[in-house]
Amino acid sequence: MSAPLFGLLLTGGHSRRMQRDKAALEYEGRTQLQRAMTLLQPMVSQLFVSVRSDQQQDPLRAGHAQIADRITDIGPIGGIHAALHGHPQAAWLVLAIDLPFLDAATLQQLIAARDPQRLATAFRSRFDGKPEPLCAIWEPHSRAAVDAWIAADNRCPRSFMMSHDILLLDLHNPRALDNINTSAEYLEALSAVTGGTASGTAPQAQASEPITLRVQYFAALRDQAGRSEETLTTQANTPRALFDELRALRGLQLRAEQLRVAINEDFAEWNQPLAAGDTVVFLPPVAGG
Amino acid sequence: MSRFRISAVPVDTAALRAELFDPTCGGFVAFEGWVRNHNEGLEVRRLEYEVYAPLAQREGERIAAEACERFGVTHVLCVHRVGELAIGELAVWVGVSAPHRDEAFRACRYVIDAVKHRVPIWKKEHYVNGDSGWVNCERCAADGAQHATHSHSAHEPHSAHESHSAHHKG
Repeated sequence: MSAPLFGLLLTGGHSRRMQRDKAALEYEGRTQLQRAMTLLQPMVSQLFVSVRSDQQQDPLRAGHAQIADRITDIGPIGGIHAALHGHPQAAWLVLAIDLPFLDAATLQQLIAARDPQRLATAFRSRFDGKPEPLCAIWEPHSRAAVDAWIAADNRCPRSFMMSHDILLLDLHNPRALDNINTSAEYLEALSAVTGGTASGTAPQAQASEPITLRVQYFAALRDQAGRSEETLTTQANTPRALFDELRALRGLQLRAEQLRVAINEDFAEWNQPLAAGDTVVFLPPVAGG
Repeated sequence: MSRFRISAVPVDTAALRAELFDPTCGGFVAFEGWVRNHNEGLEVRRLEYEVYAPLAQREGERIAAEACERFGVTHVLCVHRVGELAIGELAVWVGVSAPHRDEAFRACRYVIDAVKHRVPIWKKEHYVNGDSGWVNCERCAADGAQHATHSHSAHEPHSAHESHSAHHKG
């Protein structure tokens, strides 16, 4: 018998790149928090909003059942950790708050395919085939593994999924999990959502089209970024602009002058144009031997 | 086989040496870099090496090719460890064989210096006091004042290499 399914909306992010609360972004007069709650409510037996402890009194969040982080500043894994501990009998359908294209059919697909014997059930990213941990069902028995993961100083929930026994699904609606991180992406999503376009279709191409890239982090930068890689959509068109963006977004302490940059597995120049699908690595000062 | 290799397991130096044997060669020089128990005034318990493998491979191979071309040596081979290493373990091995000893010595020195400066490999030291840090990096990047034991400038990353290599045996 599988554990009861509770819902968790992750709203504790700092929205550094957006520079405003992603949960409060509005689409057709409704905040993304309201939209996500409406979507999730009918599918779970209880619904909670995951918050940082300093967000508990926030007007947008105060009226909802909350689960506050028990460990601060470790990112989304902290929200998942707090939920698994707060209600140890429950499985959790965890949702990020920056998924404006998410539709009921995608959640139904996830729930129908759920395998309670695994630690989690998740979708494959349409960009790189890796797990999407923030639209996924986390089973109660994942708690010990999550505890151990955090205790070992790991943070990235995606890496967690890649190194544990989980069920991976292919998205029927490939666009459902496209997330938004910048104001430009929000405006794009807004026009797609409010323009009557089905949530499964892409917005119209913009004049200066954002590109999707993969960034890998090593050594001190990996520690500072709290992840070993990420796929992101950006309007940065050179490594220098991309690094400036990531430095602000991820709180990186190293400066560009201290680093070298590699694109697609070879050294590159800081002003070299970036192309969609590139893999970019910023290299901290090396110390072999 | 590539002339620059990353190894996650201990290195069999006898086997590497055998690979460099050549009937035209009268000299063989090897350098071994070992994990030592202190750096920058701190007692080191163990080391951890991290590698950006595809680029390390590419750059390491370039260095080996440069050494052969510049010094006219016959064979160059370098193996660098990755992962966790204990005190006394071999971290890097460079071997060069050549018709005569002089070019073999010089090429070997060239390869180890170039590898330390150019190949994307990073070293994290775990100290006896429980602290840990990326050599050449984390402490430079953070507020330097809080780490008096690690006072070299971020703009002179090579200074740590030099002091470190001076302590290598071999």
